Amino acid sequence: MTGDAGLVGPAPVDLAALLAGVAHDGAGAVATFLGLVRDRNAGTAVAGIDYEAYGPMAERELRAILAEAAGRWPDVRAAARHRTGYLAVGEASVAVAASSPHRAAAFDACRYVVEQLKARVPIWKREHYADGRRAWVDGRGAG
Amino acid sequence: MSVTVLLFASYADALGTRSLTMELPPGATAGTVLAALRQRPGAEALPPAPLLAVNERYADPGQGLQAGDVVAVLPPVAGG
Repeated sequence: MTGDAGLVGPAPVDLAALLAGVAHDGAGAVATFLGLVRDRNAGTAVAGIDYEAYGPMAERELRAILAEAAGRWPDVRAAARHRTGYLAVGEASVAVAASSPHRAAAFDACRYVVEQLKARVPIWKREHYADGRRAWVDGRGAG
Repeated sequence: MSVTVLLFASYADALGTRSLTMELPPGATAGTVLAALRQRPGAEALPPAPLLAVNERYADPGQGLQAGDVVAVLPPVAGG
């Protein structure tokens, strides 16, 4: 965990802070994932993405996922952040870090948090296209 | 009894509101909220079984409600 700071909110994703939150003397491996706003989706030029969250529930769900990871991989420390608001191409929307004594559990836990986040955390995105149109992106998560 | 209903993203756009208060009879469930929402303009955007949450936890339509509960109707999530 990254202390008392919120896990979901408008502040820029600080990967260094996330790393500092999971690093410790017994951690020989740290796996990280960084999700960035991409310049195209399904062939359409994208200028940016507006992220909306159900803040309190997103926070609760993401904390639950981190707790699950800690339960499945007892030697892992995992942390995550998801940004909200308008992000331009190239900006980071999500970051996950997982440390472990050895790399396998760090990779596995990092991926688990990313996949569960995308499936369960109530966050939505509206793409802003280069031609000025905007559209909500169909979620692939539950529902 | 009175509950708060929250809508998000495309559902908020379609129904033209992000938050409303509903008066419901005793014994009402999350599904009762959904049925009432379907009477409102724009509700055709709601799928047959949208995701529901009660007090920030995923819930089934049959979940019973109490006064003051917060019921959220959630589009398929798309974070990341």
